[in-house]
Amino acid sequence: MSLKASNITFSYTKKREILKDVSLSLGSNEIIGLMGDSGSGKSTLCKILSGYITNYSGEVTMDNQKIPDKDFYPVQLIYQHPEKTMNPKWKMEKVLNESWTPTQDLKDTFGLKDAWLTRWPNELSGGELQRFSILRALNPKTKFIIADEISTMLDAVTQVQIWEALINHCKANNIGM
Amino acid sequence: MSETPWYNRGLFSSLNLRQKTLLTIGLTGLVLLVIFICGTMIDANLPTDFSIKMQPPSFAHIFGTDWMGRDMFVRTIKGLSLSIMIGIGASIISSIIATILAFVASVNRFCDSAVSWLIDLFASIPHILLLMMISIALGKGAFGVIMAVAFSHWVNLTRVLRAEVLQINTSEYVALSKKFGKGKLWIAKEHILPLVLSQIFVGTLLVFPHAIMHESSITFLGFGLSPHEPAIGIILSESMTYLAMGAWWLAFFPGLALLIVVLLFDIIGDNLKRLFDPSQANK
Repeated sequence: MSLKASNITFSYTKKREILKDVSLSLGSNEIIGLMGDSGSGKSTLCKILSGYITNYSGEVTMDNQKIPDKDFYPVQLIYQHPEKTMNPKWKMEKVLNESWTPTQDLKDTFGLKDAWLTRWPNELSGGELQRFSILRALNPKTKFIIADEISTMLDAVTQVQIWEALINHCKANNIGM
Repeated sequence: MSETPWYNRGLFSSLNLRQKTLLTIGLTGLVLLVIFICGTMIDANLPTDFSIKMQPPSFAHIFGTDWMGRDMFVRTIKGLSLSIMIGIGASIISSIIATILAFVASVNRFCDSAVSWLIDLFASIPHILLLMMISIALGKGAFGVIMAVAFSHWVNLTRVLRAEVLQINTSEYVALSKKFGKGKLWIAKEHILPLVLSQIFVGTLLVFPHAIMHESSITFLGFGLSPHEPAIGIILSESMTYLAMGAWWLAFFPGLALLIVVLLFDIIGDNLKRLFDPSQANK
């Protein structure tokens, strides 16, 4: 299974094109990284790949087919700011189960404590919230994960922990990243 | 030595701000409930006694009596409870209309402009005129008045809710929810409704005073309730005849009572707003 982006051009304003003729291909067993200066369009490319921006020119395909928009989107984006991606009036349990119900095993791997489930999003720290949003994206239907600076708010030790857990899971389940 | 402010002294000094707010809501709610319940238990056909007609306020009749010897205090309570009932009906119906329209506006761009157009249309017609027209068209009476007030007071709340829903719709958690494959209806019910519920609640309560005031005013003008119902508007318009004869108590006490009830509702609304939205409270 492969995710392909071909000749993508996108601009927020007419004056400046932020992405010009970008092509990228990603296999199920691959993990690739994007590097670039601030404002060079990394996040924009991520949003295009995961279907949040639709008015670009060019094509994003999975196995040479258009990605269906109606059902669960197989390319999931994990945001930089987890606190913005959770409804402030929802308990964490509901936030997590919005996409799927992960197994206890997986919760332990990502260091998710059961006591957190009964709290509100603003009662948890950024790192704790980010674990939720990663786990949320690991639905069995997910084929590719786009991680947009997901570890910036964490300290070095936690970064390693989370990345290792995520990479191991992706390798085991054939998810491209 | 700093002096404690007046609100931190005396009987309620041990309570914090939240408890005080709750206490205020509780007490005002209780007063209104007592008025309402007393009013519903009073028979609308009060005994007439011409031997005591047109008496000024005394200990036997603290609000005085009218030209048929009816006790004005009892009539006022009855009128107030009628007003509260109409207020409840009208404000609930108007906030239901507002909620539905706000969600309709969020469906797509066409619906949004249609709802905005409707808002502008209703906002451009003078209030009283609209009230009178709807009330007459629906055959006056309590039903006509409730509908008239409801259909002319949804505008402000709809505006607020529409903006709120628009804002939530552009948030990242709604975008993410769509990518999880959730439908629009599911998002509206699960994501948006809990977030705007407090707005709806406060909006409903703040429509209340308007509803009561407008009910009284169109009844006063003769386009509302029928004369045999002892509404405050009826009492006030009847008293006009006798004001010139010096019977000031016929208009003074019912008018004052109406004002107090309206103020009480306003207090409840404001305090509830503080509870639901603490970040706004200190502005």
